[in-house]
Amino acid sequence: MRRYLAILSCIIFWAILVYGVSDLPALGDPEAPANKHVAPRYVEGSYKESGVPNIVTAILANYRGYDTLGETTVIFTAGITVMVLIRRKEK
Amino acid sequence: MKAAPVSNDIILRTGASIMVPVILLWGLYVLIHGAIGPGGGFQAGVILAAGFILYTTAFGLKEAKKILSVKLLMVIASTGLFIYAGVGMLAIIFGGNFLEYGVIPIGRTPAEASKYGIEMVELGIGLTVMSIMLSIFYDIALKEKGE
Repeated sequence: MRRYLAILSCIIFWAILVYGVSDLPALGDPEAPANKHVAPRYVEGSYKESGVPNIVTAILANYRGYDTLGETTVIFTAGITVMVLIRRKEK
Repeated sequence: MKAAPVSNDIILRTGASIMVPVILLWGLYVLIHGAIGPGGGFQAGVILAAGFILYTTAFGLKEAKKILSVKLLMVIASTGLFIYAGVGMLAIIFGGNFLEYGVIPIGRTPAEASKYGIEMVELGIGLTVMSIMLSIFYDIALKEKGE
């Protein structure tokens, strides 16, 4: 019984998700909200503002500088954690 | 002078001695060209760490630790993060916001200063990622060897 309930709920959630997907804009649609908000500014202004031709790098290190600083800190903290938890003493 | 290698596989050792310099050079290329082409600090750090991991698997942990000791790795990791935060603080010192590279007086225009700031930040990311990856590898991968 529980098994059929699980299958049924999976199918229902799948149907809900598929229904939600049908509302999404098409892939690469220039009129999609994601492409109308900050993307034009990045495409047009990132070289003038950041001086680097690679838009990804300009977003990563310039527009999203705080975020990347946090990411680097996360990696650093992960290394420290591994060191604290499982490092053994050197002979 | 040279200790006996851990692996006696001649294919692995010969292949590693050919490939490691190329991998490290490519890692540096990805690091330096992160602002121009595909690449950047995270990718370059992982590539550099992969080169050193290949060296470690071929020649042993002891040899690898002669080049990059555990203490040195932690110093490099902290230095990388310090470079990143330091560039941000430098912008504050020159009167801008945190991480506003344009106000740092290098280069002729704010965009050029921003380019150098981004390069410095990428360098910091690369150093941190490389040394943390290698540190984790040192810690977990070769544990059963008794080294």
